[in-house]
Amino acid sequence: MADVTVDESSFARAAGRQLLIYGLLTLIGFTAIMFGLNVMASFVGSDTGSSKAIDASTKSITLALRDEPPQLDSTKATDAISGQILGHVMEGLLRQDAQNKIQAGVAETWEITPEGATFHLRPDALWSDGKPVTAHDFVFSWRTVVDPKTASEYAFIMYFVKNAEAINLGTLPITELGVTGLDDRTLRVEFERPLSFFEKVVAFKTFLPIREDFYKQTKGRYGADTHEMLYNGPFRVTSWVHGASLKVVKSEHYWRRDEIKLNSINWAYMTSDPNATFNFFKDGKIAVAGLSADSLANAMEQRWQIKQFQEGVVFFLEFNQRPDRLTRNLNLRKALQLVNDPSEVVNKVTKLPGYLVSDSLFPVYLDGVKDKFKVEKPPKQIVRDVAAARRHLELAKQELGLKEIPPLALLSDDTPTANVMAEYYQGLFRDTLGLELRIDKQIFKQRLAKMTSGEFDLVTAGWGPDYEDLLTFGDLFASWNLNNRGRYASAEYDRQVRIVQSSMDQVERVEAFAKMQDLIIDDAVILFNYERGASYVTHPQIKGIVRRVIGSDPDFSYAWIDEGQG
Amino acid sequence: MTVAMRHLSAPDLTPVHTEQVRDVLTRPSLSYWQDAWIRLKANRRALVSLWIVVGLLVFTLIGPLMWRVDPATQDLDQLSQPPGVDRTATLVAPPVTWSGEALTDEEATGLRAIGRADTQAVRLHWDPMPEATGGYRVYRNLFPVGPEKAYGLPLLMNMEKTWYEDRLDLRPTTYYYSVAPLDESGEHAGEVQTIELNLNRVITIDEARKRGLIGDEETPAPGATVELKLHPLGTDYLGRDLFARLMHGAQVSLFIGMVAPMLFVAFGILYGATAGFIGGAVDAVMMRFADFVVALPFLLFMILFKFIFQVEAGESGIMPMLVALVILSWPATSRLVRGQILQIREEGYIGASRLLGAKTNYLILRHMIPNTMGVILVTLTFAVPSAIFTEAFLSFIGMGVAPPTPSWGSMCNEGIKTMLTTPHELIFPAVLISITVLAFNLLGDGLRDALDARMRSRE
Amino acid sequence: MLRYTFYRLIQGFITVWFIATATFTAMHMIPGDPLTSEKAMTAEIRANLEAKYGLDKPVGEQYLIYLKNIASGDFGISFTQKNREVNDIIREHFPVSATLGLLAILFAATGGVLFGALTALFRNRAPDYAIMFFVILGISVPGFVVAALGQLSLVNINAFLGFTVLPVGGWGTVAHMILPAMVLGLGTMAYLTRLMRSSMLEIVNSDFIRTARAKGLPATRVFSKHQLRNASLPVVTVLGPAIAGITTGGFVVEYVFAIPGLGRYFVQAVQQTDYTVIMGTTVFYGAFLVFMVIAVDLVYGFIDPRVRLK
Repeated sequence: MADVTVDESSFARAAGRQLLIYGLLTLIGFTAIMFGLNVMASFVGSDTGSSKAIDASTKSITLALRDEPPQLDSTKATDAISGQILGHVMEGLLRQDAQNKIQAGVAETWEITPEGATFHLRPDALWSDGKPVTAHDFVFSWRTVVDPKTASEYAFIMYFVKNAEAINLGTLPITELGVTGLDDRTLRVEFERPLSFFEKVVAFKTFLPIREDFYKQTKGRYGADTHEMLYNGPFRVTSWVHGASLKVVKSEHYWRRDEIKLNSINWAYMTSDPNATFNFFKDGKIAVAGLSADSLANAMEQRWQIKQFQEGVVFFLEFNQRPDRLTRNLNLRKALQLVNDPSEVVNKVTKLPGYLVSDSLFPVYLDGVKDKFKVEKPPKQIVRDVAAARRHLELAKQELGLKEIPPLALLSDDTPTANVMAEYYQGLFRDTLGLELRIDKQIFKQRLAKMTSGEFDLVTAGWGPDYEDLLTFGDLFASWNLNNRGRYASAEYDRQVRIVQSSMDQVERVEAFAKMQDLIIDDAVILFNYERGASYVTHPQIKGIVRRVIGSDPDFSYAWIDEGQG
Repeated sequence: MTVAMRHLSAPDLTPVHTEQVRDVLTRPSLSYWQDAWIRLKANRRALVSLWIVVGLLVFTLIGPLMWRVDPATQDLDQLSQPPGVDRTATLVAPPVTWSGEALTDEEATGLRAIGRADTQAVRLHWDPMPEATGGYRVYRNLFPVGPEKAYGLPLLMNMEKTWYEDRLDLRPTTYYYSVAPLDESGEHAGEVQTIELNLNRVITIDEARKRGLIGDEETPAPGATVELKLHPLGTDYLGRDLFARLMHGAQVSLFIGMVAPMLFVAFGILYGATAGFIGGAVDAVMMRFADFVVALPFLLFMILFKFIFQVEAGESGIMPMLVALVILSWPATSRLVRGQILQIREEGYIGASRLLGAKTNYLILRHMIPNTMGVILVTLTFAVPSAIFTEAFLSFIGMGVAPPTPSWGSMCNEGIKTMLTTPHELIFPAVLISITVLAFNLLGDGLRDALDARMRSRE
Repeated sequence: MLRYTFYRLIQGFITVWFIATATFTAMHMIPGDPLTSEKAMTAEIRANLEAKYGLDKPVGEQYLIYLKNIASGDFGISFTQKNREVNDIIREHFPVSATLGLLAILFAATGGVLFGALTALFRNRAPDYAIMFFVILGISVPGFVVAALGQLSLVNINAFLGFTVLPVGGWGTVAHMILPAMVLGLGTMAYLTRLMRSSMLEIVNSDFIRTARAKGLPATRVFSKHQLRNASLPVVTVLGPAIAGITTGGFVVEYVFAIPGLGRYFVQAVQQTDYTVIMGTTVFYGAFLVFMVIAVDLVYGFIDPRVRLK
């Protein structure tokens, strides 16, 4: 730059001044844009800026949702988040109280026999437009669920009702469904086969009522937006900004309105990022936050009281037992079963408090005859025994006619926990048995597609309950159950499932469940991992949050603000 | 004309010695690249960066040969351990299952630890409390319990037994254990007892032998101490050596980071230069194709390539990622190069060169490429970090390389989940990414200055 | 000029049609479809579902139906958000992404041009080093780390000061946008700063600047009229793709700051193989991008008269 250096510095100074002017102009421009945007934002955004976690004067609380509820149409809802919101804004025939006991809901009284049930609806159960909830609203919604045209993924839960399966498969018209409104306030349900736990089933979200005239008026958009739905629960939705916020206020038509203490609940944030949720809580924006491994230590440092909850979901590795798979060999499965140590998984791999060491297909909370099932029928304990495992492995090699067992494929999803588990098992099988495990990481739908087509040797899986009976776990490994992805087939197991499905005698059923529990272990159907638990913190002033394994969780409809605290 | 014929001998053929003296007016003629190299060497920052890049390559390729630790070996006795902590561990016998028996000669009452409290297990026992109608709850805290009554992690829920064995991720540190009696609704029903326990790091003899910390023949008495395996940069959440994982992770990150940009920038240059040079309808069609490619959704195509390449279980899935990156990332470069070419094409010296009969090849090689080199190199040096970041982003949404293959991106993503409690798991991969990106940027800067044809005359 | 614009628009529509076709093909080649669900279903129920969504027809017919629908502006109904139309999803969430993206681009472009010019003016002097240090810092840390650290420090600042300086996440007011937009624009700003710097340095040595200065034009005029304007040419070139990149690439920021943008829906749709949402967002973004590029080309011709628009 020799030729211009003479006046270089003066040029730079002049140019610098020019830049400074431009910079200032930009700043002014930005301020103007900000103001403009602020006006614009009020059209597209939600009002989340001002709300505090708890406002005692208006009796309202602010929370975060893990995700956007896909929709609030109870005939199609499958996920937990929709279930949580539906639990606040809708009420079925029966409901769960704060102690998770079944109580009267829309039905004031009811009689259940092995063949069917009769529900007598209360006169003061009203829709959010003030009209009464009638038996026909249930008949309509249940028929909609099993209607092949609805194509509901949860139609199977209705199969307890007479003819539901046949209707759903298209062989009978929907009017043949075993549910009739004897009059506006009497609902008669007939069962497909004798059933002992319908009370527990009927509280499920798929059995919620829908009013026919309103449903038809929404032209297929029922439950997709605030005003495209009718509510009959403790709250009603007043604003739903998709992906951003969902606000409910106490319903003036709800029959138990005097018992509802909160005036409004605002799910003002939708995020699945645990760090973000924790930050919102720390910033005083939300009243409840789940804790991850990292935020647990931080919560201790902040001196917060940490709470815990058992989710009732069982996690395990499932073997593929299709004919072309090596894992069909019992000795190979036994070998892997004998090196598996669920307590090591819980204490060293997942490392989160509240996770229980799993030793059975059935989670701890389910009832047996008098006590908890697992107290009455404790499962056999498997102790890690590497030497025995190696013996089984040798037997497996002989039976399969192989010198070495070729690498096995472990199908895994893209969640962080699944990654860690897969890596752990890879190391474990290599170190103890010299077996190579190859991880096949797939995103959600691709993993499901592979599970369905059977392209795996082992798969990381979990199972949560649909209703509160051992059967919701027990029939998972029936040979006809399509969710039995490994295609385990045992005539003895199937026989036990048939017993529990139709028996009305709880003692006989528990015996059969215990046999199923043993078979799962003896046949090495799955490798046990853990029962998942959740740790969370709540604002010290909020009381009465109900956690549930099945149904709306967490449920705030029994909650109140205690100003004396914190 | 008569010519005297005579035989020539060797001396006749020696050239006439001339004492021609030339003016040394010019410096030695330098090719374009020689000149560039000289100027690059003069740029200290660029040179340092070059050495860093070389160093990174050594770290990646030769490092694993020097530090021969398997990045997949799990050390469940040293989980998420920061670098530089005391690695002394006491040898103990294998654990025996404990079903709540208290030592009979125990005199203490209230909440107490049974036996040694160490990283293998903490065994707690307490006297039955009459108010505990709903069982007990045991808590573990990292901090002393203060007036806030925050007792820490709830470990045991509403159980009726009066003992508890804690094995959950125990670290050699101080814990504050509390036990609270509960009423039927699960609320605290009375006084909470708290004890403070210092945990020693222990390892079972079998485990120590398996890890080669003691010889096969040695049978040391329980109570002897050993030094656990050295992990210079600490370990990750499964107790794997972070240093080894960083070296192996570099293979993925640098492969994606360097190979993909080189391929797509090269293709982008060719494509953009062709379009810009030919111009007219061909240019229009080619640029519309570039617009089309740039709009294709990357994620979807990466999944598609994963399927097309038949990525089997156990494969890391780097190739589909690379292919998706190359196939979908070149349009930006090609647009930039085309813009430059269009601009240069109109310059006077190109016209002059054309008039002098320069061929197309010559024009491209001699004028177009050197004159666009600056912009291209800036693009390239920025493409490296962007490719590394793409890999990291894919890990963030769970679509990155399959485990157990480490990559800096996936390590960052794992690390960020525990950035407050074990920051070293985030810091090391993040710093390596930063250093790599920095080195490539400064090197690109240096190269730009060195290769810029217009700077040549000014040395 | 008018004819050229018209011509380019026609080309744009053809490009969009190509994008739709390629995405449709790619999507149907990947195993797994939106109907695959966690609860296994019988063949009969699956057939019901397929009939309901028209997936039982041959792929060729599905493609034609699809083309017909998008031609009339109907992207169909989402598979995951069962009763919601894709049009609604785009209409509600694109403005959020676009606002955030435009603000980020504004940050990036003005910051890039200003800082780039500054660093070039003070080449190898303190301001150059200081700015370049921050630029390097801004680009050498992965986006999700920057976002997470940004949010974390904001929480701690709020806690330290005892009042909310800026909200740590969510959407609704301008205060919600500032930090996310800065985080989102950081990488692009760094890129533009460097591009601007390198192009400023090239321009400063070019003949027309020398001529201008030799003519005795005032320094401010040379600088703003010739140097700055010409140097910002490459910046404008990359701005088109950068705008699209930022408005589509906001997933990380949207995720960390809990912002209801379209990026989150798109990533979710890919993970869930939600055909209609993938197609809808891709075609929409594709069209957006293509027409953005056309707009940039027109602007380019306007700024630089040497590139004639034929």
